[in-house]
Amino acid sequence: MNSHEKEELELDLFIELVKRYFDYDFNEYRRASIKRRIQQLVVQNNLEHICELIPRVLYQEDFRHSLLQCVSVTVTEMFRDPRVFRTLRDEVIPALTILPKIHIWHAGCATGEEVYSMAIILKECGLLAHTTIHATDFNQASLDIARRGEYPLENIKQHTKNYIAAGGTSSFADYYSVKGKLAVLDPELRKNIDFYHHDLAKEESFGKMNMIICRNVLIYFRQDLQERVFNLFNASLTTNSFLVLGDKESIDFSVLADIFTTISSSHKIYRRT
Amino acid sequence: MMVDYEAVVIGVSAGGFTALTELLSLMPAGFPLAMVIVQHRNDDHANYLCHHLNKHCKMPVSEATFNGQILTGHIYLAPANYHLLIERERLFSLSVEPAVCFSIPAIDVLFESAADAYAEKLIGIVLTGANDDGSLGLKKIRARGGLAIVEDPRSAEVSTMPQSAIDIAGADHILPLPEIAGFLAGIAHG
Repeated sequence: MNSHEKEELELDLFIELVKRYFDYDFNEYRRASIKRRIQQLVVQNNLEHICELIPRVLYQEDFRHSLLQCVSVTVTEMFRDPRVFRTLRDEVIPALTILPKIHIWHAGCATGEEVYSMAIILKECGLLAHTTIHATDFNQASLDIARRGEYPLENIKQHTKNYIAAGGTSSFADYYSVKGKLAVLDPELRKNIDFYHHDLAKEESFGKMNMIICRNVLIYFRQDLQERVFNLFNASLTTNSFLVLGDKESIDFSVLADIFTTISSSHKIYRRT
Repeated sequence: MMVDYEAVVIGVSAGGFTALTELLSLMPAGFPLAMVIVQHRNDDHANYLCHHLNKHCKMPVSEATFNGQILTGHIYLAPANYHLLIERERLFSLSVEPAVCFSIPAIDVLFESAADAYAEKLIGIVLTGANDDGSLGLKKIRARGGLAIVEDPRSAEVSTMPQSAIDIAGADHILPLPEIAGFLAGIAHG
């Protein structure tokens, strides 16, 4: 057995152990990215081989935390891809104004930057007060950061630039105060956001939504899991509701594609008929 | 020993627009391998590059899509702001994990995943650029039995990236741009 075959075997064993011990099935994830993540975990732990992580799973107190942190590491920022938020503001949100109560599910919200971005847009459109944003992630540590709503001050310049590009009608500085090296977002924005744990791979629908935002999450899933998540979303959406995916994601491969019409093909905004 | 190559992965940075146009326009129609390219670039030029190359190439050029099957005879460009990876099933994956070598997409990420997927059936090529992205990826391609080609730093528009690849990974062939096209066309004809 050559070193590559050993490496693949070690990865298989590790994935099997994580499935049995933590009940996360990384076989349902894209192999190349999950392998890359796990190899980085090996490096971070000053180890040489994936198999050396096996005792850590079993005997290291907080390994679940390290594993989830490593697997769910993503780049995000407020109003990431500002044109998407601009399109939401101009073409989607006006359709929500007739609703007495709005429910938005932000699935895979990570550290929350895009959730607060949505809250700001809704506030500027006068809709935040009667909206509930259900923001979920499978990583508790990310949710803790999201709940705090405090982000490094050094990113504020980029966030401000994005806010303007997204069509913000106020001044971004109105939405945060400075505390040391942190920008603390206005606690008012949080009032209508519920952050909670939900694992897209395992859990059921928890309510009917008028919009689901799930960006750059499905890119990590193999097609079977993608399909299950589309089914979950379909079951969670009301008639005439909206689905927003990442720029490079698409519902086209799903058997449910026919139920959705495209609102923006470049920004992957769909409407459930 | 004759090897049936299946794919060519190319990494290019500063000077890439001209280099890719020159190299890819020389590739014959019906070239029987898939070509997958990471070009460091910013968002604004993403669609333009694809459009431009399509006009100048005999092989079809498109942006790599998530869930997309990798077809031979096709040129794929990594989309801006995503890492591009290749799965064992000859499918593309995308990822928004942090930049590698300050780059997203990063050449190393493509090369390392491609080396796993294709092993000795892979050709890795590092062209002009001003950083050292691609060096570790090329090293892995060689370790897995693939072939490494590096643009001759003396004739590359920016020599840093090819020189770094040679220093870190070594190369099976160091060639000026037009000869790389000729070499690839020769492989296609056995």
